[in-house]
Amino acid sequence: MTDKLALSVRDLVVSTDADAPVRILDGVSLDVRSGRTTALIGESGSGKSILGSAVMGLLPDTMSAQGEIVFDDRQVLGIPERQRRALRGRWVAMIFQDPLAALNPSQRIGRQVGELLRRGGLRGKALEEGVVRLLARVGVPRPEERAHAFPHQLSGGLRQRAVIAMALSGGPRLLIADEPTTALDVTVQKRILDLLAEMQRDDGIAILFISHDLRVVSHIADDLVVLYAGRVAESGPARSVLSKPLHPYTRALARSVPSVSAASAVSDPIPGTAASPAARPSGCAFHPRCPLAREICRRETPQPREVVPGRVSACHFAEEFLDD
Amino acid sequence: MTDDVILRAPAVVRGRSRGRAARAAASIMRIVPIAIIAIYVLAAVFGPMIVPFDPVATQIVDRLLPPGATTSTGSVAVLGTDSTGRDMVGQLIYGARTSMLIGTLTVAVCTVVGVVVGLLAGYLGGIADTLLSRIIDILIAFPNIVLAIVVAGLFERGVAVVVVALSLAGWVSFARLTRGATLSLREREWVSAARVLGVPAPRIMLRHVLPFVFAPVVALVALEFGLIVLGEAGLSFLGIGLPHDIVSWGQTIAAGKAYLSTAWWISVFPGIALALLVVMTGLLGDQLNSRFQRGGVR
Repeated sequence: MTDKLALSVRDLVVSTDADAPVRILDGVSLDVRSGRTTALIGESGSGKSILGSAVMGLLPDTMSAQGEIVFDDRQVLGIPERQRRALRGRWVAMIFQDPLAALNPSQRIGRQVGELLRRGGLRGKALEEGVVRLLARVGVPRPEERAHAFPHQLSGGLRQRAVIAMALSGGPRLLIADEPTTALDVTVQKRILDLLAEMQRDDGIAILFISHDLRVVSHIADDLVVLYAGRVAESGPARSVLSKPLHPYTRALARSVPSVSAASAVSDPIPGTAASPAARPSGCAFHPRCPLAREICRRETPQPREVVPGRVSACHFAEEFLDD
Repeated sequence: MTDDVILRAPAVVRGRSRGRAARAAASIMRIVPIAIIAIYVLAAVFGPMIVPFDPVATQIVDRLLPPGATTSTGSVAVLGTDSTGRDMVGQLIYGARTSMLIGTLTVAVCTVVGVVVGLLAGYLGGIADTLLSRIIDILIAFPNIVLAIVVAGLFERGVAVVVVALSLAGWVSFARLTRGATLSLREREWVSAARVLGVPAPRIMLRHVLPFVFAPVVALVALEFGLIVLGEAGLSFLGIGLPHDIVSWGQTIAAGKAYLSTAWWISVFPGIALALLVVMTGLLGDQLNSRFQRGGVR
């Protein structure tokens, strides 16, 4: 396991181009290392998917990004679209939430999975074999047959495997997975997560796993970045962040997950609604929902800082959590 | 998917309780437009082989014969003759051939131009979209037939001029339809999935957007075909359409104008032929449209 940085995002600001610009992401920094998984977690509207789009260079026309997005020592923000496109598929690939929607219903699976191989110059028999190899690798049974199927003829799990095969076809160093298991049922979720972990072990791919589901994340993440209203609330190694949160939002998030094993299955919901980047509260964006909020939280925006080595929190009182 | 089944089930039951007659009527209504259009096509393609007709030959002795009369050569003019003694059946058949030819050529030009423009505008967005959309807006604000008259009037009469004149405004509806469909299609995840793989834009448009624009475009082809046939007849009626050696319903109607009170059949039969064709293409277009909206991939 290397510790090479596959992706490094520094102070990324994504804002809308309207007359009253909204900072959807407000100074987000995160790292993804080769062979490791960084999970980006947050409620809907926290900007986690926008971060994925920004890294891919596929932000909508109405948004613009400033800051640094570095792939393997190469700043990619602001380079020409042609160069950016050359990176997609081969350097960085992405898989989406809904595997049915991510496949073109009018084309056979094999054709879509083979898109990058075709562009790499493979034709005829070699192309076919390449597709079958890819499908077999992601655990699609009877791949020769399945390559000729249309997306609607496959089950959800198989479709997601086909999507993963597509994403892996260019041999990417970084894989962005935007809620890849949300649309699948729980048993299939587990298998897809295992598959991703296996691919990662074999190829040393770095994975940026975007999710709102703490339970899924706790299975696969090495590092965790918690996003709230477009800002990083807390980041650090997944295990220690989940067992000992240094931010009240992370703590509330961990507690709000319903547990089957606990005596009571009733979870502990976070009061209030998630702040939106368009109407971000002053100071600490979380203060209206925070049980520990004090005067300073309303006035001053806490900057993310390293509280203990490897652990970053953007709470004025992060140190107090250390003693709990 | 499941919702669809649940929602549709009661409709099936109601259809059954409405009885056989109603369902039979509905299925006949589905066949009628396509059957009538097929008759026009057959007449246009094979009619000239069966009915000999020379559009520039005149037979003055047989002029203005009413339907069913016997001509000087002993044959029966089923639908009568015109002011120069030409047989009306022959004129209708050759007119159908002209209408089909002009309609097909013009719709082909309009479809290709409109779909390409719509795809580019919808997919690329930005300045390309703004520019193309403004051109479309301007052309929409302009009455189609006026534009066609201006262009057709400027040049020597001929098939090519008529096709160009009618295409000039005709492509706009294809472009608008395609642009709208493309705008929503390009947000589909399989398009995003292709983009994140680094697939170049022309290929995405061709393989991931175009196939889904196809269905609504086919419906529009049927609708536009009728309007274009009507437009051609209009130009020919005004005397700026096709040259005289090509038979056109519009010309025949115009020629019969002077005899409306004495020889009504000259204008009325081509008029009916024209109106029926336009109405039937309209019905077919509507049918295709609702069918694609219900069952198509959207």
